[in-house]
Amino acid sequence: MQQIFNFIFKNSSRLLFLLLLCISFLLTIQAHSYHKSKIISSANFLSGGVYEKINNVSEYLNLRSQNDALALENARLKSMLFKTKDSAAIKNFMNLKVELPEDVVVSKVIHNSYNVHENFLTLNSGSLQGIKPDMGVVNNLGLVGIIDKTSPKYSTVISILNVRSQINAKIKKSNHFGSLVWNGKSTGFVQLIDVPRLASVRKGDTIVTGGQSVIFPENINIGTIEKIYIDNKTNYYTLDIKLFNDMTNLGHVYIIKSKDRDELNNLEKGKKDE
Amino acid sequence: MNSTLLLNISRFILLLAVQIVIFNNMNFLGYIIPLPYILFIILYPVNGNRSGLLLASFLLGLTMDLFSNSGGIHATACLVLAYVRPTIFKFSFGVSYEYQTIKLNDVLTPERFSFILMSVVIHHITLFILEAFQVSFFWDILLRTVLSTVFTIISCIIIIYLIKPNKR
Repeated sequence: MQQIFNFIFKNSSRLLFLLLLCISFLLTIQAHSYHKSKIISSANFLSGGVYEKINNVSEYLNLRSQNDALALENARLKSMLFKTKDSAAIKNFMNLKVELPEDVVVSKVIHNSYNVHENFLTLNSGSLQGIKPDMGVVNNLGLVGIIDKTSPKYSTVISILNVRSQINAKIKKSNHFGSLVWNGKSTGFVQLIDVPRLASVRKGDTIVTGGQSVIFPENINIGTIEKIYIDNKTNYYTLDIKLFNDMTNLGHVYIIKSKDRDELNNLEKGKKDE
Repeated sequence: MNSTLLLNISRFILLLAVQIVIFNNMNFLGYIIPLPYILFIILYPVNGNRSGLLLASFLLGLTMDLFSNSGGIHATACLVLAYVRPTIFKFSFGVSYEYQTIKLNDVLTPERFSFILMSVVIHHITLFILEAFQVSFFWDILLRTVLSTVFTIISCIIIIYLIKPNKR
């Protein structure tokens, strides 16, 4: 018995090192495994609070570009309004009691990372605002990411600039589907893989979200085709897509709450159980 | 004794704050981030409590992970650096390093520089290997490690010269 104690005392720092190493390895592996919520995330009162304080200061530095973006979006919405044949009808539409399939929550990016292979954003709204994991996040220009983890006041987003994110997308013109992934190289470009060879793709075609997932509604802008390759192994197209969004400069974003989501999820769960 | 503890605690908090507020927002060429927060482990007293250093560096790394959504990679890298620190001391300052009065935050000599270089390289290699976890990014990892090492060392030396404490 005494020998055991002696051993422990003698090697206390080594044992402590091994113990802590195990814990940190577990945390690392757990974070790398897909579809598992992380223990360590920036959606908590400590880092969320600090990031919000920092953002309160740094926000002033890019007020001008944010203002320009908002003005542009306003102009676009105005032009849509003027193009409708009867602009008075819009007013009635607002008062209609029809349930819209999607609800939108506005939120602010308080921390943005884009320089590692797995990038996450932190938003300043959380489960108190009704935000849940796996909701879609967009902004006025296009796709941003998917909610990963929430706390009462903050939430983290898996950015599309994350090698683990995979989003269903399609070519706007021809409705051919593919998966949107990122190869970890440039912040301005993502890749659309597994596009069938039958699809007619041309440089400059627009890529939008497909309707196959419940996370995003259909036809949200993503980017335009920049380069076309043929994957040697699978004989599918791989497309380089230039993003509409500047992922390095994000201000306000919109979180899409899909009302049909629970119903659809339940339906699909029931299918699997059978 | 008490003042050393206080100094270390304030160093822990200050370095983390500087790292998160300033250096994390610094992007040379899009992906190079200097990580001078590991100065805490480098500057820890030579004859200080080893278990204390291990625990402190684990917490240091964990806090960094908390802020950068990275699981446990900073914690692992800091822990590895804290564990191999005596070996690096032996390498840079000779076998009998424990009997010398080593002051790291002083004028840069070849020994001190080699110590800082070794520490930063070990930390960064662990960090970036864990970060990518995929062999397909091998060259990318190597490039990032080399470039980040350079910038971390520069920022570390600048910080050492800035906060050089008055002679005690």
